[in-house]
Amino acid sequence: MKYMMFVCTDTEPETDESLVPDIDTWVDENDKAGRRLTGNQLVPPSSATTVRVRGGELLLTDGPFAETKEVIVGFDILECADLDEAIEVARNHSMAYAGRIELRPFHQD
Amino acid sequence: MGTPVDVVVAAASRESHTRIVATLIRVTGDWDLAEDCAQEALALALERWPAEGVPNNPGGWLMTVARNRAIDALRRANLERRKLSELASLPLDPPAPAHDDRLRLIFTCCHPALSLEARVALTLRTVAGMPAADIARAFLVTESTMTRRLTRAKDKIAQARIPYRVPSGPALNERLPSVFAVLYLLFSRGYDADGEPAFADEAIRLTRLLAQLMSDSEVDGLLALFLLQHSRRAARRDADGNLLTLAEQDRARWDLDAITEALRILPSTDGPYALQASIAACHVAEKTDWTRIAALYDRLATVVPSPVVLLNRAVAYGYAQSPATGLAMLESARVGGGLDGYPLALAAEADMTARAGDRWRAVSLYEQAAAVAPSPAEQRALLRRATELSRN
Repeated sequence: MKYMMFVCTDTEPETDESLVPDIDTWVDENDKAGRRLTGNQLVPPSSATTVRVRGGELLLTDGPFAETKEVIVGFDILECADLDEAIEVARNHSMAYAGRIELRPFHQD
Repeated sequence: MGTPVDVVVAAASRESHTRIVATLIRVTGDWDLAEDCAQEALALALERWPAEGVPNNPGGWLMTVARNRAIDALRRANLERRKLSELASLPLDPPAPAHDDRLRLIFTCCHPALSLEARVALTLRTVAGMPAADIARAFLVTESTMTRRLTRAKDKIAQARIPYRVPSGPALNERLPSVFAVLYLLFSRGYDADGEPAFADEAIRLTRLLAQLMSDSEVDGLLALFLLQHSRRAARRDADGNLLTLAEQDRARWDLDAITEALRILPSTDGPYALQASIAACHVAEKTDWTRIAALYDRLATVVPSPVVLLNRAVAYGYAQSPATGLAMLESARVGGGLDGYPLALAAEADMTARAGDRWRAVSLYEQAAAVAPSPAEQRALLRRATELSRN
């Protein structure tokens, strides 16, 4: 089962930085275990471009499609047996402390 | 004349429903199919048993019918062989407790990735077998809203792949509060002054099932707490429906069986529910030992330092030592504003103020408490105390 892990900022992060786990260890461990298929950080949404086509015409907007306080700053694609395993992976990511993580299952036919 | 067949069917169904649904969900992974098959087995029993007589093993009979219905449905849907052969070889006797499907069902319905309202609805519908219309009525939403809520919860379980499993190791302790929250909300819904008592009964039944299926002192503590509170249900109101305090209640109307069961299972551990149950046990004793209650609240306050626990601790000290001690502790419990507008804090202050001798201030406090009380029954009880005080 594949899960998209959206890595987001949060307005109320963990204040005790000593609790935050190391991100490189997280990547290494989950790559080795085959639970992390790919992933990366993203540049801030100020550099985003929103693309639409209406009536055959290309419409471009400078910036993200929605302005929010919390923004997506990275993603990982996980391969896990079930949601409990995906939660275990997500809870050990540094941004589960410094921000928040949204787990979204891939659509299955 | 023997017991009417519909009564036998109702009893067998209550006993078997959870087991049938829980097992069929594990094997087929299909929640709706499991519920439909359990329902059809029940309908067939109502049709056949009056003419053919009640079978020796009603639960086994219901399980066989439900399983065969599931096999038929899966054949029609052309499902893979593995599920079909597993269904065909299902043992009809209850499986060993370590692998009880009912426990898997409870933990899945109460998974913290589901909202609390979804967990409550799903537990009532699937574990307790309550019709969606009844659940909707109790939670003041329309039946279609409740049906949507149930469908959404089942869709999430399937789409996000919430496992059908009892968590093990440290995960079990992390997941139990999510189950307790559901049981506690259900119980409160039945115990509230204007609530529906059937929900308290259902919460007790579910907690008792959980206590049978797993060994955990907090589960036992929660069950004991529910039993002790519920033991007074027949004595909580007078003939006119007014709420009575513990001291005013007729003890002969307390449910002794419930109290006996609670005292037998009461754990002596330091978990929040075990401690609350120990406190509730002090309140049903012949003579209330306020010094022991105060000591138990000290222990509870170290585990759960919530404003309400600190308030109750102040009340206990108000009796164990003096109203002045209690009032001083109430003042410090109020720091932070957690008790602002909380009617029980005002009622407690009123009671201690009256016992400290300031009658008129106490009357005014009771009136303030009544103004913010959540139900008419509680409002009447508080105003009655204000009236009694001003007459003395």
